[in-house]
Parts: sequence; C-alpha cells; structure tokens
Amino acid sequence: MSWLPDSVVDHLREAVNLPDFSATRYELLGQIGRGGMGAVYVGRDMQLDRRVALKVLTVLDKDGQASARMAEEARILARLEHPGIVPIHDLGRLPDGRIFYAMKMVEGQRLDAYARSSAGLQERLRVFSRICETVAFAHSQGIIHRDLKPENIMVGRFGEVLVLDWGVAKITGIAREFAASDAPARSDTARGTVIGTADYMAPEQASGAIDQVDARSDIFSLGKTLAALVAGAHPPKRLQAVWGKAASPDRAQRYAGALELSADIERFLGGEPVLAYRETVLERLTRLIHRNQALVLLVAAYLLMRIALFFFLRR
Amino acid sequence: MDLDTSIGGNQSRFPETRRSAVLDFNSGDPALRECAAGALISAYWKPVYKYIRVRWSRSNEDAKDLTQGFFARALEKEFFRDYDPEKARFRIYLRACLDAFLAREHQAAGRIKRGGDARVVSLDFETAEGELRQHDVASSELPPEEYFHREWVRNLFALAVDELKRACDQHGKQIPYHIFESYDLREDGDKPTYGSLAAEFGISAATVTNHLSAMRRALRQLVLERFRETTATEREYKSEVRAVLGIEV
Repeated sequence: MSWLPDSVVDHLREAVNLPDFSATRYELLGQIGRGGMGAVYVGRDMQLDRRVALKVLTVLDKDGQASARMAEEARILARLEHPGIVPIHDLGRLPDGRIFYAMKMVEGQRLDAYARSSAGLQERLRVFSRICETVAFAHSQGIIHRDLKPENIMVGRFGEVLVLDWGVAKITGIAREFAASDAPARSDTARGTVIGTADYMAPEQASGAIDQVDARSDIFSLGKTLAALVAGAHPPKRLQAVWGKAASPDRAQRYAGALELSADIERFLGGEPVLAYRETVLERLTRLIHRNQALVLLVAAYLLMRIALFFFLRR
Repeated sequence: MDLDTSIGGNQSRFPETRRSAVLDFNSGDPALRECAAGALISAYWKPVYKYIRVRWSRSNEDAKDLTQGFFARALEKEFFRDYDPEKARFRIYLRACLDAFLAREHQAAGRIKRGGDARVVSLDFETAEGELRQHDVASSELPPEEYFHREWVRNLFALAVDELKRACDQHGKQIPYHIFESYDLREDGDKPTYGSLAAEFGISAATVTNHLSAMRRALRQLVLERFRETTATEREYKSEVRAVLGIEV
C-alpha cells in the first residue's frame, strides 16, 4: 500500500477539492485563502509565465445569483483602475461551470498583521492615508465597499496598500448605469439584509437600513480600521478624536468623505490642528512647540546665551 | 468501457456504489456481513496497529497480537452491533472500544495470551512497522484522538490512491497516473512544474493540467466512497467529509 507522509496527505485533502483549471491558461499551485463566497488560489499563467491569484466561486449557486455577483465583482475591479486596487486580468468559467477571475498576485501582509508589527505611528498613518485615498477613488466612481476591515487590506513591503474583497460592494449613482444587466441589483439589496463584518460595520448597515448605506458607512469602517491600526502605538487624544469622528454612530457627524478624513490625518502628521478636536491653549502650545522643535531649541539656546552674557558682563 | 468516464473524465464521475459497511455489518445477511467486516478491517487495521504501537507504547509483536485480537473480539463479541450513530461518529466509537479492549488486556496480561490464537485476516504488519519509522515526530506527539484520526485519514487516502492506481492500470491510464504520482504524491519541496512534467512525458502543459484534474476528480470520488463505507448515516458521512475535506456534499 502507498505510504503517504503528512505533507502529502494534507496536499491531497486540498487537491481533491481544487477547482479544475484544465482547458484554461492557468496552472494551479495551491490555495491562499477562503472567503464567504469564494476561495483564492495561487496559480501560474502559462502563457505569460507569471504568478496570478485566482478567485473561484465555491458556494452552491442554484439560481446563478452568486455567479452573477462574482462576475459583477470582477467588473467592479476592472473599472477601478487605481494603484490601491488589485488589477484584474481575466474572467472565465471552469469546465464545471463555476466562474473564476484572475488578478495580480499580491505580495505583502494583511493590515491586521501589519498592525502587530513594529511600524511606527507616522508610518502607520501614512499607510492609512493611502487606504483613504483608495476608498475615496472608489467613492468617486460610485462604488461603496461595505466591508472595509484590516483583513481586507494588504500592505506591501514599501508601504503600498491594496484594498481587497469588493464582493459585497454597493454600486450607486452613475456607476449603476454601467453595471451589467445580468448582475443582481446590489443597491436594491432587500431592506433588513446585513452585509459586512460586525466589528467594523456602521450602525445603519448593521440595522439593515440599506437605503441609508452610503460613502459615510465606509467612513465609519475606516474609523474603526484606524483605531485597530494605531491602538498599540499610544495614540494621542487628537488622533483618537479623528477615529471618534469617523466612526461616529451619527453619520451626519462623520467626515463627509474619505479625502476629508485623509486630510485630517495629514494635518495630524504635519503638526497642525485637526478638525475633529478642539484644543486647549496648553495643548496648542505643546503642539506648536513640538511642531517647531528646532526653532524653539534655537531660540532657547539664543536666550540662554544672552542671559549668560548679561550676567557675565555685569560682573 | 469509456475510459474517460470510468476514471474521472469530464462527462461523468465514478458512480458512488459503496454502501455503508457499518450498516451492512449489522444487516444479518452473512454475505454482506463478511464483505463489510473486510472493508472495516481494511479501513481501520493500520490506524489501530499504529495507535497501539505509538500511543500505548507496545512492542511490535504485542501490537500485532493486540490488533488481531481486537478485530477478532470486535467481530465475535459484536462491538460494532452496539454502535449507535446518534451518539458518536463510528471512528470515535471504534477508538473508545479499542481503548477499553486495551485496558482490559493490560490488566489481564498475566493471565491470557492476547488474542494470539485469533487470526482475523492476513495483515501486512511489516509495512505498517516500516511506515511507523517514517512518521513525523510531531505526529506521534499528538493527543490520542487526534493521532488516531490522522492515521485513519492517512489510511483512507492511501487506500483510495491504491485503488486509483489499480483502475488506471486496468484502463491503460498509466501516464495520467504517473503525472499524478509525480506531482501530487511528492512532498512540497520536490514537486516538478507542469512544464517539466510535459517535457518528461512528451505532452503539452495543458494536457498535464487535464490529466491532473481528471486524477484528482477520480481520487475525490474514491475518497468519498471510503467515507461512505466507514460511516453509518448520511449525517455522519456529511460531517466526516466536512471535517476532513472542508466541503459540503
């Protein structure tokens, strides 16, 4: 009888479930992860000889709704050409009829892992600012992500970010006019339907008030993401106020857009007052001293020297 | 016979013909019962033998006797007849029976010869002993339940791989099997690329993909049949498949 080492048994357990990529241009190399709707595999594009990520539908799809949703996700990704959004290469069907799409193989770590790294506060905030810019771009295209959380964001080796998993995105406004006719009407998701992840979900989203879900629901999730990202880095009050405003239960109190949130982060980084926080005089003074450290030191040294000179000449 | 359809071709799958050996064993039909006993011993003797060797630290001679003795006792005393699918999975019940049997035998070790005169069937203990020497150290340090489960899964896949090889030999599908063997049965650092397999067998990389997919489909079907054979109810079958393969069937 065959002797199968542990690693081979583990591989076979996975291999017997691997999607059948015969008759496609992809060689399957292994599984990367599994989400609610599909699994993501690493593969090789045999024509272009490059590694790709392959997302395959894994849920039962009796009425074709799941396939239509995944195809729609692929089209959303194709429309969102931005450095912060993973580029899609191909959309197709496997011999068993399941839908798949190929996208750029992303190298890096998830934001939740990055949050546990030794990265400093400033570096973390620059990463967060890039996330905001990516989300702002999607909003400008009429796309609401609806499931922003650290697990859906990748950080590359050089601090570049990629916002992933647009599978539950909501299409609004002008973008809807370009949506495929066979796609389910996502913006018309039944009232009471909850899509997203509880810890990062805006109250209006959690309550199933679908008609109230808009860009500000993503701002809420960004606020929660910011809190998770800098929690271990001893964030000052001014920064806590930024995520407090972003993740306000009252959506009217939140930032109007992701760029406004990003701008407040930039102000914080530049030592300027942030919109989210009213400073006391002492705090303003401390911030100004901190912001102009070199100048303050120079003036202090100059004054010290003058005082010393004054006493020296009086002798 | 259409070879493609008989070994995981695109058009068809292996027909799921296996019955539950657990149910057949208790059916009262002598022919079914004999067949079922063979299937259960085939699925479980190696995990049982290795479990006795590793988890009960018995010598290979003791383990041989105890393995034979356990199955002889299970068939004679009809351990399996008392199995209630509502209470536990069959493999968990079997291991509980095994532990109870070993505890009793341990206490009575001075008085009786452990199942030495009860030969159930010829079992290839030398191979099992050889496999133990290849064991990962981490694997033998697992808790008893996990260790037994791991060995059961290993044996189940090994049986399915052997069956796949036999079917491929019978149907002249040696090349697809060799490709499967070269790619899927090698350890991670040792895997060839599809391109190198294509060059080795003088076929296109796309054909390598097709062969591998067909072999995996066939193996999946054989593995599912083994699950069907070693479980008693539909619920248990689905639950074991979910636990081992992570899929809904």
